[in-house]
Amino acid sequence: MTTAPASAKLLKGATGDWEVVIGLEVHAQVTSRAKLFSGASTEFGGEPNAHVSMVDAAMPGMLPVINRECVAQAVRTGLALKAKINKRSTFDRKNYFYPDLPQGYQISQYKSPIVGEGEIQVDLTPDYSIRVGIERLHLEQDAGKSLHDQSPTMSFVDLNRSGVALMEIVSKPDLRSADEAKAYVGKLRTILRYIGSCDGDMEKGNLRADVNVSVRRPGEPLGTRCEIKNVNSIRFIGQAIETEARRQIEIVEDGGTIEQETRLFDPARGETRSMRSKEEAHDYRYFPDPDLLPLELDAEWIDALAAYLPELPDAKKARFMSDYGLSAYDASVVVAERETADFFESAVNHGGAKRDAKAVANWLMGDLSAQANAHGVSVSDAGLTAASLATLVDLIGEGVISGKIAKDLLAMLLGGDRGADPRALVETRGLRQVTDTGAIDAAVDAVIAANPEKAEQAKAKPGMLGWFVGQVMKATGGKANPQAVSDTLKRRLEL
Amino acid sequence: MTDLTSLTLAEARDQLKSRAISSRDLTTAHLDAIERGKGLNAYVTVTAEKALSMAEASDARLAKGEGGPLQGLPIGIKDLYATEGVHTQACSHILDGFKPTYESTVTANLWRDGAVMLGKLNMDEFAMGSSNETSFYGPVASPWLPPNWSREQARAALADAGKRGLLAPGGSSGGSSAAVAAHLCLAATASDTGGSIRQPAAFTGIVGIKPTYGRCSRWGMVAFASSLDQAGPLARTVRDAAIMLRSMAGPDPKDSTCSTEPVPDYEAAVGRSVKGLTIGVPKEYRLDGMNPEIETLWAKGAEWLRAAGANIVEVSLPHTRHALPAYYIVAPAEASSNLARYDGVRYGLREPSADIVDLYEKTRARGFGAEVRRRLMIGTYVLSAGYYDAYYLRAQKIRTLIKRDFEVAFQNGVDAILTPATPSAAFAIGEKVSADPVEMYLNDVFTVTVNMAGLPGLVTPAGLSADGLPLGLQLIGRPFDEETLFALGETIEQAAGRLTPPEPWWA
Repeated sequence: MTTAPASAKLLKGATGDWEVVIGLEVHAQVTSRAKLFSGASTEFGGEPNAHVSMVDAAMPGMLPVINRECVAQAVRTGLALKAKINKRSTFDRKNYFYPDLPQGYQISQYKSPIVGEGEIQVDLTPDYSIRVGIERLHLEQDAGKSLHDQSPTMSFVDLNRSGVALMEIVSKPDLRSADEAKAYVGKLRTILRYIGSCDGDMEKGNLRADVNVSVRRPGEPLGTRCEIKNVNSIRFIGQAIETEARRQIEIVEDGGTIEQETRLFDPARGETRSMRSKEEAHDYRYFPDPDLLPLELDAEWIDALAAYLPELPDAKKARFMSDYGLSAYDASVVVAERETADFFESAVNHGGAKRDAKAVANWLMGDLSAQANAHGVSVSDAGLTAASLATLVDLIGEGVISGKIAKDLLAMLLGGDRGADPRALVETRGLRQVTDTGAIDAAVDAVIAANPEKAEQAKAKPGMLGWFVGQVMKATGGKANPQAVSDTLKRRLEL
Repeated sequence: MTDLTSLTLAEARDQLKSRAISSRDLTTAHLDAIERGKGLNAYVTVTAEKALSMAEASDARLAKGEGGPLQGLPIGIKDLYATEGVHTQACSHILDGFKPTYESTVTANLWRDGAVMLGKLNMDEFAMGSSNETSFYGPVASPWLPPNWSREQARAALADAGKRGLLAPGGSSGGSSAAVAAHLCLAATASDTGGSIRQPAAFTGIVGIKPTYGRCSRWGMVAFASSLDQAGPLARTVRDAAIMLRSMAGPDPKDSTCSTEPVPDYEAAVGRSVKGLTIGVPKEYRLDGMNPEIETLWAKGAEWLRAAGANIVEVSLPHTRHALPAYYIVAPAEASSNLARYDGVRYGLREPSADIVDLYEKTRARGFGAEVRRRLMIGTYVLSAGYYDAYYLRAQKIRTLIKRDFEVAFQNGVDAILTPATPSAAFAIGEKVSADPVEMYLNDVFTVTVNMAGLPGLVTPAGLSADGLPLGLQLIGRPFDEETLFALGETIEQAAGRLTPPEPWWA
């Protein structure tokens, strides 16, 4: 592992270099059937106000009761972030008025969060990674949604999201560039998806970030930070940081000072805008929620959750490198999604045989990924089973088909012949490659005989071999073994 | 036939069981009494039809020899409890028209055990008050006559909505206390955040118990201060209060702060010997300038318990004098947050407005009364950045010290603590309205410590003042030891005799 030169991350200003300091508060919706303090469903996309209990609507006399499944998800996430699990945490009320906040307060964990300090490793390139500190993770309620486009004179409120559990994961200000921040969120998302505590669906708003940005001269104390609220894609996180850092540098270089404030990123205009200044900041009047007892966790319960945690991406990557000989790059691509990693492993180990893992990885990252991306599905859902991929790789290894034929075969398996057995398909479609030297010799001779001038030229220009190979392959319907064709041509053309 | 409303809850229960009376007759008698006693303004809504159908269903069950412990017994419900499809407004304007689609756990427990609902009882708005004068539905008159008042004079005052000069029934459970004392129900639910069960009991000469925090579920009770609120009954005898509490109490998975402890048979503790019990008399409750009548009554109470075989010892609860100021920080702080949901958006009052901030401001300014607004402002202030440590945090520290005072006393072998219930007998409606609000808050001086410590406290009538008004004594117990309080309370009840208000001058 090498370290990129620090200067590479610096932004150039008119008066010199600037270092950007970034900390992220990621809000991840907890995967659970019910809300954090009520039994209402968390399902996405219901009719407005279809998933609202009396508790979520803050009817008089209603009381919150903690959903243990959400607690378990937070603890599992904490364990995956190698963080300290606090056996005792408390819930506080964050008070403010807003129509989509029925209680007039959000139940959150202000003083004593359920998870304390941790750390994650973020790979920026196959051989360069950084460590990003986690400050804390706490549980809190999501708010509802105000709808301003339903009526010209009124705003409507949809409380389906009201009370859904969120994990707020706060990083330390350890990030120094937009790329690092993007890679951090990507890695965090991978970890959350691995353990199933958040689906990471940023389009649905199930993962979003508040981005804290400040700039300083290298080596100087921290500058004043601005917080950019609610950025909902990894790309926008990067753009927001770049834009905000540039804005701050310009101000400071012009002799101004940065005001601490909350800002919004407008991707359409590529700018951040002030939302409220420090003076306008809410006084949230946090205090312990008297409706809830402190959350006490026992060590055995935490241990049990730890024992059932799946293999995490870092460990899987290391294992794929050592057990299957994958390169660091291939391994990190394959482990980025847990389903892809599982697909890879079952393809490699299908039928108890150990086949060429590198070849499996290449097919998986190449044609299969392309197909999956084109249809917006995961590799494992692209239409090919791990067993079929294993057979395809085996057929190449056995010399039954060439790599080129394999591409055609794959297209068939993902298209009209979905679900077919690849080996049977090779036979029924006559795809078996020709390795019979007699047949290849005849085809080669025929091509040379038909192109005497070219054969003569080829002796001086050996690069023309490729053209001859192509002609022979064409003549054999692509079924000739390309290596055998090439060897025969070299002999006959006396190359 | 004797007047059915003169029966105690226990007597009515026994006569229903033996089929000597019917629930229908018993309920009708109470509905008639409510109608005649309208002038007291104890009920904000009467559910006559519901009452009669519940009574008939009870008679059917009783005829088959079935029925729960409260089968066929008509009771009143404080307006703070959610009752499905029935007026539930905590007597606030801001909850105008609110009828919940759910039933509070406490009332559901009562209906499960067969009780009959007569209606909803008046109270101070959101349980904030000590005289029932903050109710949006107007003040409630106590059935006790003001000293030297004639029946005619009182009837004239009753006809006026302001009811000035008549006696306050205490608060916040003023509708409950007046209804129980005036025999407009056999018993009633009440609630107590700083003394709202016990002070009204003392003012109207009846029995009230605020059980241990967590003994009754708070689910479906309109919240005032969550860490202090607790449900409890008002009744005319200690036995009746014990019967009521047994049905009201119990575990509830819908309230995280509700205890999972099983509920004992409280009635079995009534009549239990108090011989050998150690009763603490806290010296800090002897206030400077204390009403000598109260002091005499307190001594008398100790004497009665000594005569019954208890040992009386002096105890010290050194942080008592800080309790009231600390209470008036903690309770408003929690209230300022609990009452944020009344914003005009989803239910209740909504004032016409230009935008959302305007909606909040107008709805809350007009929907909340002056006392509620005062406490919301105090609560908001003490939680604000820069003031939190000086007020809220400090008050919580005092709360811990108050709790520890009691723990030390109990560790030293004290079984219960005897104190006065109130600094004085009932005052008149209108008497304190224009005064410094702190004067009203001082009513809670003997009761708030019990809420701050989460302990059970029972008030039982102990005698009359020189003016002929009821005075009560308070017994404070160990956590979840309500049984000892019932045993001790009955001992005082036996010695003092029951207090009965004058013949129904209001009817």
